[in-house]
Amino acid sequence: MATHREISIWFFIGVALFVNGVLIFGAGIYELIRPPEVRVVLYQLHANVWWGAILSIFGALYCVKFRPRPEADKMVDEENSVKDARITMK
Amino acid sequence: MIPALFAVSAPTLVRLTPIDMVIVGFYFALVLAIGFYLKQKANTSEDFFLAGREMTAWIAGLAFLSANLGALELMGWAAAAYQYGILATHWYWIGAIPAMLFLGIVMMPFYYISKTHSVPGYLKLRFGEGSRTLSSISFAFMTVLMSGINMYSMALVMKVVLGWDIHFSIWVSSITVAVYVALGGLRSAIFNEVLQFVLIWAGALLIPILGLIETGGWTNLKAQIAHNASTEYTHLWGTLGRFDGNPMGIHWTGIVLGLGWVISFGYWTTDFLVVQRVLSAKDLRSAKLAPIIGATFKMIVPFIVILPGLLGLAVLPMKLTGEGAAVASGGHSYNEVLPLMLARYCGPGLLGLGITALIAGFMSGMAGNVTAFSTVWTYDIYGALINKKATDSQKVVMGRWCTILGVLISIGTAYLVMQFLSIMDYVQALFSFFIAPLFGTVLLGMLWKRATPKGGFWGLLSGTLSSVGMWAWVKVNPKALSYVALSPNAKDMAENMYRALWSWIVCVAVTVAVSYMTKAKPEAELDGLVYGITSVPTEGGVPLYKRPIFWAVAVSLVFFVLNIIFW
Repeated sequence: MATHREISIWFFIGVALFVNGVLIFGAGIYELIRPPEVRVVLYQLHANVWWGAILSIFGALYCVKFRPRPEADKMVDEENSVKDARITMK
Repeated sequence: MIPALFAVSAPTLVRLTPIDMVIVGFYFALVLAIGFYLKQKANTSEDFFLAGREMTAWIAGLAFLSANLGALELMGWAAAAYQYGILATHWYWIGAIPAMLFLGIVMMPFYYISKTHSVPGYLKLRFGEGSRTLSSISFAFMTVLMSGINMYSMALVMKVVLGWDIHFSIWVSSITVAVYVALGGLRSAIFNEVLQFVLIWAGALLIPILGLIETGGWTNLKAQIAHNASTEYTHLWGTLGRFDGNPMGIHWTGIVLGLGWVISFGYWTTDFLVVQRVLSAKDLRSAKLAPIIGATFKMIVPFIVILPGLLGLAVLPMKLTGEGAAVASGGHSYNEVLPLMLARYCGPGLLGLGITALIAGFMSGMAGNVTAFSTVWTYDIYGALINKKATDSQKVVMGRWCTILGVLISIGTAYLVMQFLSIMDYVQALFSFFIAPLFGTVLLGMLWKRATPKGGFWGLLSGTLSSVGMWAWVKVNPKALSYVALSPNAKDMAENMYRALWSWIVCVAVTVAVSYMTKAKPEAELDGLVYGITSVPTEGGVPLYKRPIFWAVAVSLVFFVLNIIFW
């Protein structure tokens, strides 16, 4: 059975951006359907809709790219990074 | 590096909706989850205190910057931008970039090759036990005291902005930081700092974007500021020819020599709070690149900190004032400019993310203080003075307890400040006493092989005492400001700049004088510690675009261009 490697910090960041993005996007859509009585300046730009969408997309991309993977995949990554490792000074 | 941030007067500035509360709650859950996940990775002292020295340049670089990017930093400098105009940008550019690049290119090899665990640890290797003891004790206590002051200020901000109970803010945020740092050590602090860095940008970036849309761009913004305040508020250097020609009452010599040289280099190259992040890098090239990556992002931080303050000058319908006037009139103070701008543009969801950015900033600053405290205490006080034969596992246990102890002392300080507000002034001044002389000692230690252990100790001590003396002199006799800061018109910040400069000069002069009167260490004992004796690995096989010096030059060029554009 394959073991899992350490979860990357970038995966946690992807989760944070995705969840926050979805919540903000949802709040923006709700405001479109039921516009509030008291509105922020530049409400007509619906910043929470497009900013929420941007965060969600970036978050999803990071979640996929840095998702936890089995140890077997790590071997392939390590082979690919040998070239970089050679020029790294210890 | 943080201007005083007092709280205030006005009723709650913003009201969070349920979706905002969910976003804030999710943030707390995520940082705790990271702490629990990383507990398994903090088994040895190297893991716990230096994150196993496994961090990439990007992670170390972002954590290096994030540890400094506290909530009070964000709100305090936005307030300073409203009060002093674009001059506040100097604390991000000349007050940071040259020092960060110097740390990466010149100083990092010595910190890294010496394999020290801390800055006081380097002083021990270079100057002996006396210098280490002096700097470690002062650093450890000042760090937790500053952490407590920041905690109190942040709780007060939460009360003003959100109406949260001050005790609730203090205990919830402190316990969260204590849990995730005690579990995962520096690795957990660094992971969360990188997360917090991203959330700060995600939460704060919309304010300048929407602000520039509202004002019609930078040119129109300058015109509105000139109309509402003065053209002096949008010039970075053009008004610094005279003390009374700019809102800060400072001369360019104070900015260049006091801020750009002594305070900036002192903070960014010797304050262990930030240097510890770079020491966690996986190899020397990453350690050299990390401060350069940090400098790159530091250059653009004014976009989310200074620009909102300037936008406030242009678009806010009310005039913000100092704390005293705000309390008397029931109006808003300078320190509320960032929350006011947040409330102006951010609806449900975005507001929650903006508040999360402030909380994240506070927690990253506090985690930085606590991890630096536990490392210096464990290695340079407990391991050096109390239990010299401490095993590795004993150090890890001590580190975990110190984390909790550091948080508890911080909480105690926060409550002490609550009772005696003037303590805040004194402790912030105390912290500044040590930074400038320490830079003189470390710099001479690294670059001058003739500097002796006695020279280092007496230089550090006399520089610190001279700084305390000048501060007390001005307190007792305000007319002394004309001598210390070269002008009776100098404001607090200008006084700090010049006091730092004089104390650094005293430290260097005493170190040099005493060194020439005492016996130098044999060169064999200075290998790995001093320039000219240490063999630093070359980068001959590394392509040009991967070399730290290449990126340092690139960042320097951008730095000069930005200063000319906003001259």
